[in-house]
Amino acid sequence: MPEFKLPDPGEGLVEATIIQWKVGVGDTVRTNDIVVEVETAKSLVELPIPWDGTVTQILAQEGQEVEVGTPIIVIDTGDGGGADAGTTPEDVTDAATAASDDLVPTPPADGGAGDGKPAREAVLVGYGAIESSTTRRRRRGAASAAEEAQDAAAPRRAKAAPPVRKYAKDKGVDLTQVTPSREDGVVTRADVDRFLAGGAASASAQHAAAEVAVPAEQGAATGQAAAPAGAPQASATPYQRPTLSRSGEREERTDVKGVTKMMAQAMVSSKFSAPHVTEFVTVDVTRTMELVERLKTDRSYGMTDVKVSPLLVLAKAMCLAVRRNPGMNAVWDEAAQQIVQRNYVNLGIAAATPRGLVVPNIKDADLMDLRQLAEALGDLVSTARAGRTQPADMSGGTITITNVGVFGVDTGTPIINPGESAIVAFGAVRRMPWVVQTDGVEQIVPRWVTQLAVSFDHRLIDGELGSMFLADLAALLEDPSRALVWG
Amino acid sequence: MKEPALSDEEVARSAAPTATGGSPARGLHEPPERDMTDGGPDMVQFLAADGTRVPLTDVNSPYAAYLDELDEEAMRGMLRDLILVRRVDSEGFALQRQGELGLWPSLLGQEAAQVGPGRAMRPQDYAFPGYREHGVAWCKGVPPENLLGMFRGVNHGGWDSNENNFHLYTIVIGNQMLHAVGYAMGVQRDGDVATGDPERDTAVMAFTGDGGTSQGDYNEALVFAAVANAPVVFYVQNNHWAISEPNDRQFRVPPYRRADGFGFPGVRVDGNDVLASYAVSRAALERARGGEGPTLIEAFTYRMGAHTTSDDPTKYRISAEVDIWKKKDPIDRMRTYLLAEGIVDQAWLDGVEAEADELARRIRQACQTMPNPPHEEMFEHVYADAHPLVAREAAEFAAYQAGFED
Repeated sequence: MPEFKLPDPGEGLVEATIIQWKVGVGDTVRTNDIVVEVETAKSLVELPIPWDGTVTQILAQEGQEVEVGTPIIVIDTGDGGGADAGTTPEDVTDAATAASDDLVPTPPADGGAGDGKPAREAVLVGYGAIESSTTRRRRRGAASAAEEAQDAAAPRRAKAAPPVRKYAKDKGVDLTQVTPSREDGVVTRADVDRFLAGGAASASAQHAAAEVAVPAEQGAATGQAAAPAGAPQASATPYQRPTLSRSGEREERTDVKGVTKMMAQAMVSSKFSAPHVTEFVTVDVTRTMELVERLKTDRSYGMTDVKVSPLLVLAKAMCLAVRRNPGMNAVWDEAAQQIVQRNYVNLGIAAATPRGLVVPNIKDADLMDLRQLAEALGDLVSTARAGRTQPADMSGGTITITNVGVFGVDTGTPIINPGESAIVAFGAVRRMPWVVQTDGVEQIVPRWVTQLAVSFDHRLIDGELGSMFLADLAALLEDPSRALVWG
Repeated sequence: MKEPALSDEEVARSAAPTATGGSPARGLHEPPERDMTDGGPDMVQFLAADGTRVPLTDVNSPYAAYLDELDEEAMRGMLRDLILVRRVDSEGFALQRQGELGLWPSLLGQEAAQVGPGRAMRPQDYAFPGYREHGVAWCKGVPPENLLGMFRGVNHGGWDSNENNFHLYTIVIGNQMLHAVGYAMGVQRDGDVATGDPERDTAVMAFTGDGGTSQGDYNEALVFAAVANAPVVFYVQNNHWAISEPNDRQFRVPPYRRADGFGFPGVRVDGNDVLASYAVSRAALERARGGEGPTLIEAFTYRMGAHTTSDDPTKYRISAEVDIWKKKDPIDRMRTYLLAEGIVDQAWLDGVEAEADELARRIRQACQTMPNPPHEEMFEHVYADAHPLVAREAAEFAAYQAGFED
C-alpha cells in the first residue's frame, strides 16, 4: 500500500508542521482530495492525495513537525500491493530514455518496476535537491583506491573545519603535523589541543583527570543526621516530611516551533529594541456598559444581530484616540532613521488560539462605523479561533489591543507588537466602590470599573503624548458620548 | 458616523481607483491610473461577466466580423479548450503539491486570454511563450505531458519547438520578445509575408505579462519590430500582479497605450472574454501576415492563483480583490452564454467533464512514470554541434558517475 510522503510544497523547504487532518482512518479518498493541512515556514498549505483508495494509517499527528520525505499517511489503493505503476510513482530505468531525446520519455514496457533498484524518493522534488542526490553514494573500491593513491602523491593537505584551521593558525600549529583522532581523518580542535600538549596526554589520561572527586558521604543527607545536637526539644515529634508521589514525568520538554517560535522572536525583538514605558489608568466604565446593553437590546440601533461587547467600544475608542493623538500610530524605522506616521489604523487584536498567540488586525479600522467594526471583529475572532488566520491578516498592524480582562485579571505591562509603537491592555470590568458626586454630595456607590494600561515606544512617544492618549481613551470609555464630539 | 459605509468590494475599489472613477485626492506621486477591476471604456468586449452579449459599440464593432465566421462547432471547441486547459492546470498544481513537480505556474483565470489567441493562430504562425502559456500550448497541439516533463526537471525544454511552432518556455522575463521579433524579421526575409497565400503568410505571436513590460528586452523588441515593420503581435496578459508587484509599480500608462509611442496600434481586450480575445487576435495576426506590421494587445485579466506553487499571494493582496475577479470568471461566462444560446446542453458539458477526467488521469500517470533521463543528456544540447569543452566535461562527468558502486 502506497505511503504518501511529505513533499516540499515550496522551494527548498525541509520541514512542515501537521496542522489538521481532513481525513481519518477508514475514510475513502479520491485522487487530489485534500487530506491534510500543513504549516511551513512560509504559509499554510493544503496537500492533495495522489491516489484513489482508503486511508489505512495516519503516521504523523497534528502538531507534529515532520521532515520532508517522511511518510505521513498510508492509502490502500485496493490493488493489494500498491505496485501498480500507473498510480504509484515507481522507479524507472534511465536507459529507457536514451532514445527519447528532449521529449517526454516513454516509460519502459515492463511498467518500470523491476530492475531491483531501490525506489526513487519520489516526492522530494523542490528547487532543492532530491534526497538521493544529497546522500553520499559509495565509491567503487578501485576508484577510491586510485583516488587515495593520487592523494598520497599530492602534497598532503589536512582536513579540518575552518574554525579549527583558524584555531590552529592562531596557536602556530601546522595541521599536517597533527594526528586526527576521528575515523574520517578530520582534525578536531581537541586534536590540536592534544598536539599542543605535546601529544603526551593520552585520551584515557585526560578522561581520568576529568573525574573529580564525587561526594562520597551520601548518608549525611538522610534522616539520622537531621536532628542537630543543640536543637530545642520542645516538640516531641520532629517534622516528618510526608511521603509524596507523583505520577508522570517530572519535567517535559517541547520543541519551540511554529507560532510559539514566532511569538518568542517577535517579543524578544520588540522588548529589547523599543524602550517600553507602561502607564495605567482606572476608569469608571458604567456608561460604556449601559451603551453596550442598549446596543444589544434596542433594535433601533441595528446592532442586535452582531456581537457587541466592551471590547468593541474600546476598539472604536482606539480609533478616535489615535485621531486625536496621531503620534501613537507612528513607528520607528531604525534602518532609515525615520519616524513613519501611519495615516490609517490597522487595529490589532491579540488573540489566544489553538495554535498560540496571534495578532491579526482589522485593516483600515478607522474608516469603519461601529457595525462594520463589530462584523470585522467577529470575523477576526472566529478566524483566529479556527486557526485559519493568514499571514496577511497579521501583517501591517499599526496599534494593538490585548484583552487580558477576559481571563479575569486587572491589567498588565504588555509588550508592543513589532512594527508598532503602542499596545493597550484592557483589564477585567468589575463592580467596584467608586466615589460619585451628585449635587455636591460625595457618595460611594457600586460602579463598573476597569483598568487600562498602555505600553509605548519611548523612542518616539514621550510621556506627554502617551498620557494624553491614555486619558482620551479613558474619557471615551467613561463617557462614550464624547465620541459624538471627537468623532 | 461620518465615514461612509464601505463594503469589502468598495474597499478594494477605493484602494484601486479605476480609470473612469479616479481618485479625488490623487497625490503627485500616485500613478495616474490603476485599473484593478475595470478595463475602462477602451476595452474590447463581446461577452459580459454575466455571460450576456455586449451590444456593438465603436470599440468592439471593428472586430465583430471575426465572430460572425465562428460556427457553433467552433464555439463549442472554445469552451471545451477552456475547460480542458483548466483541468490540465489544476492537475499540474496538484502534482507539484504531491512532490511530482518542482514548480508549477498556474494559469487559473487566464484561460480565455490564452485560448483566444491560441485558436486565432494558424499552424504556420509561431508562438513565443513565457512560462505560463499552457493554454496557448494546448491550442498549438503541444501535449500537456511535455509541459509537466519540463517542470519535473527530466528534460531541458520539453518539446521540439518546430513541431508545433511553439517555442520553448522562457523563464527569463521578457526575453522571448526579442526572439519573437528576430524570428518575425526572418519570416520577412523568407518572403512569407503579404503574398496573399493564406497557407504561406506567417505571423509571430510573442507572449508576456504586465511585469514583462518593465524589461529592457521588451522595449528593445518593440523598437525593432516597429522599425522593421515585422509581422509580430505582442500579446501582454496583464494579470495585474508581477509576483507581488501590482500594476502601479509597473507603469503609469497602461501597456496598450504605450504602443502609440513605438509607432504601431495597441488595443486592450477583455482577457476573460474568449470571444473578444479571439477576435482581436485574429485581426492583429491578419494585419501582421498582410505586411502591415506589429500590433500590441493587452489582455486585461487576473491571476486567480499564486504566481507559482512557491508563492503565497495572501501576503500581498486582499481577498476582496480576488472575489471581484471570481465573478468575472472566463469559463463561467462562456458556459452561461452557450447554454443560453442552446449551443451546448448539460449532456455535452458532462461529456467534456468526463473527457477532462480522462485527460487528467492520463497526464498524471505519464508524469508519475516519467523516467529520469541519463546523465549524458544534459550535455547534449548545449551547442548544436560538438564542442570540445562540453565533450571534455561530459567525459569527466561520466567517469565520475562510473566511480560509484550502485
